[in-house]
Amino acid sequence: MAAPILALRGVNKSFGPIDVLHDITLEVRPGEVLCLLGDNGAGKSTLIKIMSGVHQPSSGKIELDGAEVSFPTPRAAQDAGISTVHQFGGTFPLMSIGRSFFVGVEPTKGWGPFKVYDRRTANAVAVKAVQEMGITRITDGDRLVGGLSGGERQSLAIARAVHFGARVLILDEPTAALGVKQATHVLRIVNEAKKRGLAVIFITHQVMHAMAVGDHFAVLIRGAVAADFKKGEKTREEITDLMAGGASMASLEAEIEGYMASHGGHPPPPAA
Amino acid sequence: MTMNAASPSISAKPVAASGLSLGSLLRRPEAGAFLGLMAVMIFFAVFGGITFLQPAGMSSWLNVAANLGIIAIPVGLLMIAGELDISVGAMVPFGAMTVAVISGHYGMSIWLGIAVTLAFGLIVGLINGYLVIKTAVPSLIVTLGTLFAVQGIVLGLTVLITKSTSVALTVEGPAKAIFGDFLFGGQLQVMVIWWLVLTAAYVFFVHLSPKGNWLFAMGGDKVSARNAGIPTDRVTILLFVLSSTSAAFVGMCQAILYNSAQVAGGQSFIFNSIISVVVGGVLLTGGFGSVIGIFFGTITFAIVNQGIYYTDFDRNWSSLIIGVLLLGAVLMNNTFRKMALSYSPKKGAK
Ligand SMILES: Nc1ncnc2c1ncn2[C@@H]1O[C@H](COP(=O)(O)OP(=O)(O)OP(=O)(O)O)[C@@H](O)[C@H]1O
Ligand SMILES: [Mg+2]
Repeated sequence: MAAPILALRGVNKSFGPIDVLHDITLEVRPGEVLCLLGDNGAGKSTLIKIMSGVHQPSSGKIELDGAEVSFPTPRAAQDAGISTVHQFGGTFPLMSIGRSFFVGVEPTKGWGPFKVYDRRTANAVAVKAVQEMGITRITDGDRLVGGLSGGERQSLAIARAVHFGARVLILDEPTAALGVKQATHVLRIVNEAKKRGLAVIFITHQVMHAMAVGDHFAVLIRGAVAADFKKGEKTREEITDLMAGGASMASLEAEIEGYMASHGGHPPPPAA
Repeated sequence: MTMNAASPSISAKPVAASGLSLGSLLRRPEAGAFLGLMAVMIFFAVFGGITFLQPAGMSSWLNVAANLGIIAIPVGLLMIAGELDISVGAMVPFGAMTVAVISGHYGMSIWLGIAVTLAFGLIVGLINGYLVIKTAVPSLIVTLGTLFAVQGIVLGLTVLITKSTSVALTVEGPAKAIFGDFLFGGQLQVMVIWWLVLTAAYVFFVHLSPKGNWLFAMGGDKVSARNAGIPTDRVTILLFVLSSTSAAFVGMCQAILYNSAQVAGGQSFIFNSIISVVVGGVLLTGGFGSVIGIFFGTITFAIVNQGIYYTDFDRNWSSLIIGVLLLGAVLMNNTFRKMALSYSPKKGAK
């Protein structure tokens, strides 16, 4: 098995008095998709923000290629080849598609102190990248991002990360706002990135999406790694249960079905 | 950063004729400012005759525009980036008084006075910027605090040192010619040249150089901008340094021009710069605007401010005109911004 690109070793994170992550140890390897699962508030976004330089761990180590590193800023993580789509934001409503795509890494043309922003290249690259995500309606990179739909904006953010992701691609609920077709495109792109040898961290609440691309699964429950297993080691029902934070969803579903069968198709009344 | 840029095989149609159509002009942030400028030009040409477009009249509003514009542009850039600086109102008399006390009252070299004045501008900017990024208190409140603090320092120290609220200053030679003289012995201040050169420099950095993009990203969504790798803290501090140093610079030049400095005055720059910036099409909540728009907005303000003297109206009406103009400009800018947001290229042609 390939050596991990990025690893967390015994990472803790607290915001003031609130402990969010406890003793997290995780590894991501090239050509492998790590699915990070867990209930709302389990700490998934906080975990990937530590890997992308947004937050600093309170204690514990981050290793890149086996050597200890720190990412004091998001820029530092990007320069190490880690590219992230955060759960919220990522695009700028009053900027053009081209400018929004290249924020922080603007292409230039010209010479010396007179280097200027290269609008034509930026627009062309951005339009091509979003079209590859299945958004074929976008043809003009001068359009403002605020005029796009939520899913189109999310696709733009993902296209950006894929374009700049050199070694590690982190996607925090990338399919949440997407239609069936666009979600399929994202899953396909995750698989392509994996084939190109990138390490991918994929956060989702949808078991189907996780099962479709995941090679390796880690489940967070209240900030601790509750399970860490490989593809094929657990059934879909077991994964569903773990994602719900350990509650037995499968048996709950069976219970509801049983109730409905014996009550002429009516669901049970809400619990008192 | 790896960038497989400029692959020419774009499946989409290349940027559809985004040249100079009327629609694309109207979607620009400065469209409203330009129309507003035309409107006041016509208004004062009709009611004031065209004297205000002749050299004497022009220099009256160009002087006002230049002094205001040098402050309005950095204030506008802060607004684009999502911040506000009202401490400029105290930095103008602070700048004037610093140079007057050092080079007038104490009679030291004018160059020393200039250097210390600009250094104070830099220091106040650093304090503003640092407080804003460290405390996360809205910059309106932070700079309201420094506005009063600096006013207090100017008044207190001036009276302590000079026993007066007004200090004389005589400057000759190159310093006078560069910072505080009239051009060609006429009525046009040398400040106008500074304003035009600085405006050109700002246009380059904000709209042509790649880093100008950062301001718009920060004003649009500061968290996402930081996540995208922009050093938002450093840029914020730099912008506050620019605005307070520019205000100190304007005060200093005025003291050199008029051979004296007063502790009061300068507060008008607070509202006047914000009006120029907003009339110029900058969105109050950040993320949208242009330097050219601020430039037009400043001229519009200056024409209304001075043009009233060329009409038969009592000058007290100029505030009414400015108020109406501000509301009109904001409504127009909103309309144009909505047009820009909903714009998409024509369907049809595949
Ligand atoms: N900056 C912060 N300050 C204080 N508490 C925080 C901060 N960020 C996150 N938390 C807390 O940490 C916990 C985990 O949040 P996180 O966003 O990581 O959850 P998540 O697993 O991504 O949830 P979701 O599935 O809803 O996105 C939450 O209880 C949240 O309130
Ligand atoms: Mg989350």
